[in-house]
Amino acid sequence: MSYIQFGFNHEWLETLSVPFMHNAFIAGLCIALAAGVMGYFTIARHSTFAAHALAHIGLPGATGAVLLGLPVSLGLGIFALGGALTIGALGKKASQREIATGTVLAFATGLGLFFSRMSSSASQQMQAILFGSILTITNDQVLGFAIFDVLLLAVMAVVYRPLLFSSLDEQVAQAKGVPIGVMNVLFMAIMAGVITIAVPAVGTLLIFALVVTPAATANIITSTPLRSMTVSSVLCLVSIWGGLVVSAMFPTPPSFVIVTISTLFWLVAKGAEALHRR
Amino acid sequence: MNIETKVEKKQVTKTESDKPALVFRDAGIKRGERIIWQHGDFSIPSGSITAIVGTNGAGKTTMMKAELGLLPLFTGSLTVLGGAAGTTNHLIGYVPQNYDSDIESNLTAEQSVLLGLTGTRFGIHPTTRAQRAQAREAMAFTGVDDKRHYRLSELSGGLRQRVAIAQALVSGPKLLMLDEPLANLDLAAQREMVHVLAKLNHEMGMTIQVVAHDLNMLLPILDGAVYLLDGHPHYAKMNEVLDANLLTHLYSTKVQVVTTPQGDMFVTPGPDEPDDVTPDIHKPDEVAGFHHHHGKHPPIENIHHDSHVTHEQPRYFEKKISSETGRDTQRTDRNGGNQRQEAGL
Repeated sequence: MSYIQFGFNHEWLETLSVPFMHNAFIAGLCIALAAGVMGYFTIARHSTFAAHALAHIGLPGATGAVLLGLPVSLGLGIFALGGALTIGALGKKASQREIATGTVLAFATGLGLFFSRMSSSASQQMQAILFGSILTITNDQVLGFAIFDVLLLAVMAVVYRPLLFSSLDEQVAQAKGVPIGVMNVLFMAIMAGVITIAVPAVGTLLIFALVVTPAATANIITSTPLRSMTVSSVLCLVSIWGGLVVSAMFPTPPSFVIVTISTLFWLVAKGAEALHRR
Repeated sequence: MNIETKVEKKQVTKTESDKPALVFRDAGIKRGERIIWQHGDFSIPSGSITAIVGTNGAGKTTMMKAELGLLPLFTGSLTVLGGAAGTTNHLIGYVPQNYDSDIESNLTAEQSVLLGLTGTRFGIHPTTRAQRAQAREAMAFTGVDDKRHYRLSELSGGLRQRVAIAQALVSGPKLLMLDEPLANLDLAAQREMVHVLAKLNHEMGMTIQVVAHDLNMLLPILDGAVYLLDGHPHYAKMNEVLDANLLTHLYSTKVQVVTTPQGDMFVTPGPDEPDDVTPDIHKPDEVAGFHHHHGKHPPIENIHHDSHVTHEQPRYFEKKISSETGRDTQRTDRNGGNQRQEAGL
């Protein structure tokens, strides 16, 4: 007979100082930086649903990788990138085609389930892939996340303004000579990378709250792109680290707390905005 | 030495401005297998304000895309500001038709305008004070300087449109292209928009092209119009296009031209209205606020009179025109809050 345990862990500080927690904190920092920057562009491009779908397109890749004995992130990354490049090649408008995206999303999730049922190890990993397991992030993964962040910032330093222009004013940017097709594919490819590093934290199902929600909250609070990205990264970081601390104190899954904090920030910002407009 | 260079530059500029801004030579455009329009053979003088008119689907926006080099011609040539279409886009300010998506934008007006200046640059370039000053100047010109810290989502449609024009202006273009700048604006905002365009043309000598459904508002400032009819674009100076028969044919709905002390007005009677009813038109005091372009830039006008405009009488003047096809009024009257008396054009 199982029952709900909801006791306060008095040794939570010690829990926080174990090595896997260190990895989780550093991973959280890397994820927050990447998600904060790309979240802004995702909203500006009206591609939030496409971003959400990318995580699900990655699901069969992740369970398929377990089936083949490959790293989960590798399979997830390859599938997400494949999906991203397909959506990207179809043009920005394609990422707004909700029905096509939703259908592919559902099919990919089903395929992911199919793969997971083909082996017991994939079946065991399924929950971690769907809902995240930030506490099991390895040293190698953290290194991979850090390398991704460095690459992301390097690419951003080069394409920041044209990407911003094409995200906010595509027609004018195109007339002014910004290669919008390249920008679109580049955005989707980077998005696939962000998804790949964010899924281990909160899983494919909850990723929206980590990539899009903090950026939406930041957009309410600030009005310049750079400030919005900074605020979004900070909100994302507070959500992840807060999630880790709270889950060390109470026996709750970190993913749940991370998503809850992120959602609360958004609700408070929305509420304050509504009051302000009165 | 310095002075010499300056003088030389000035001369170059002058020669350039004497050239037509746009030259169509047997130009035609297809989308897929369908010919949108062809046999476009005309020039639009520099420093003029031109409307592109025609029914929905006649290829007005397509024409702007062709001028920007975004859509290739299948035949003929198109020269814009002295270069092939697409090669001179840095000299063009483009204001596309505004869409609902802008309404959600949290970007400030100033940020949006700055993108017009810095948005195409790769690499790290912090915004300089000079760039900010340039953005403010452009915003002051279109009268939205005091709104620069507002988000686009907080501005009315008319103000957003003026921010968009400021964004197009900020890089100092020679040609300004606007797609349906009056659509979805109320009468007051439409009038202000027309005022901004007139000011740009007067004070900066800017060549302006406007895709429009409703010519009435623009009438006082227009020098000419490109009208898309039967799959062919034609250019005519304003007095040539202002013909009731032509306009009726152009819009497939009965159009009358009413001459008032302030100038000509187009009137579209509604389908339910008897023909002999006196149409309701703009009040003179409304029109008095309009800018008149008489004698604005005579030298340029003289040039295009002589060399660029075909005086040939267009063939459709002879066509029999049905006077009872009022049913299309609804389709062309998309301009939201417009009164019926100016619907359709």
